[in-house]
Amino acid sequence: MEYEIRTPLSVEEVLKLRVGDLVYVTGELFTARDEAHARALKWLEENKELPFNFDKAVVYHCGPLVKKNDEWKVVSAGPTTSARMNPFTPKILERVSCMAIIGKGGMSNEVVEAMKGKAVYLAFTGGAGALAAQSIKRVKGVVWDDLGMPEAVWLLEVEKFGPCIVAIDAHGGSLYNR
Amino acid sequence: MHFLPESLYRMGHTKNMDFDDVVNATVNVLRKAHTELPEDVVTAIRNAHEREENEIARRTLETILKNVEAAKKLKVPMCQDTGIPVFFVEIGRDLRLEFDLCKAIREGVRRATLEIPLRPNAVHPITRENSRDNTGVHIPQINLEIVEGDELKITAMPKGAGSENVSALKMMLPTEVNKIRDFVVETVLRAGGKPCPPIFVGIGIGGTFDGAAKLAKKALLRNVLEMNEFEFEILKAINDLGVGPMGLGGKTTALAVLCEIGHCHTASLPVAVNIQCWANRRAEVVLR
Repeated sequence: MEYEIRTPLSVEEVLKLRVGDLVYVTGELFTARDEAHARALKWLEENKELPFNFDKAVVYHCGPLVKKNDEWKVVSAGPTTSARMNPFTPKILERVSCMAIIGKGGMSNEVVEAMKGKAVYLAFTGGAGALAAQSIKRVKGVVWDDLGMPEAVWLLEVEKFGPCIVAIDAHGGSLYNR
Repeated sequence: MHFLPESLYRMGHTKNMDFDDVVNATVNVLRKAHTELPEDVVTAIRNAHEREENEIARRTLETILKNVEAAKKLKVPMCQDTGIPVFFVEIGRDLRLEFDLCKAIREGVRRATLEIPLRPNAVHPITRENSRDNTGVHIPQINLEIVEGDELKITAMPKGAGSENVSALKMMLPTEVNKIRDFVVETVLRAGGKPCPPIFVGIGIGGTFDGAAKLAKKALLRNVLEMNEFEFEILKAINDLGVGPMGLGGKTTALAVLCEIGHCHTASLPVAVNIQCWANRRAEVVLR
């Protein structure tokens, strides 16, 4: 099946997706990788309010290449290796009603378990940064830019971002466990 | 070492090579490496796309080929991970350089970071502070070699972290020559979808601890369409794993296995496996 999903997500929308489905994402997503995940968890544990919200969101494991002329523009922005976010993700999933992750290379069985009933993992072709940038319409903002360009959190407006393949679904299905 | 004629282009004939020539050449060679995948690499991906039967694998390879075309057309880096700048520099022994060559290459990296642009990737290993211009302690990595002649050849090989992170080195026993293949295949299996397969596998056998790693990296500079029987055999074993493009299944896990050897101590057998993503980026420039 082929779907276009929009943000903010709903649980129903997430549950209908099954491994092997193709998905295009429209709306907003934000990037987060190692340093942003580590800081987000630290802040959540300290009950500090985050400048972005994981709930119903699409989180993109990506450190984009951006350029600033008058405003920020995404030059190349494919996914990074998701496995590095394995230790942080279950704790983040505990706090949301639903979520989608876009990344590459898959995630651990512990994450697959934590995603049940609420989250999907969408694989976008690793290294396809030039192609991905074409469906990123605008940089809406950046926070935690003290972490440097790759590790900062970039809020992006996307239109038909994809094709993404549902590689882990909310029912325990995974294309990586074969 | 085999170098591709299509990736070789010469700068205008300059009488006295100076600092700025090397800076400009560095920017140009990085731009070419990031925006145009070498023809042999593209051919290897196209061939795999024709052979692949798994539908998701075919679609993934198709996306890769579309991305390569988009990067070339739009003149933007094909991958946002513009890597760590690695250079192999051959200095003709009849050349006289009246400037600091490494300083010029560093300056070229700084300018390329702004102009192409490149993602600033270099951070302090402990504080993780980003230098913001892709330079730092021992970065860019510049490998110098003196050769015959009066030319300066700069080969740029930007190396991404996804594939570098799953590379491995093992000091094997001298009696384990027949286990080299298993070590390579296990390394690829453990890497799974992380290094952006289909991958290129550089292998260094022999030398010393560090020497084997260097051989493995240099092997990745070779034409990927030219493999010997030993390399083909390992490639076949890797592709029987079924990891597939991006780890989503299929028979295309690796596109080439390239091996370089060096003599080693009679008590040693160092084996290094340097994994490279499908974006096997490299370009070279020759200055006189």
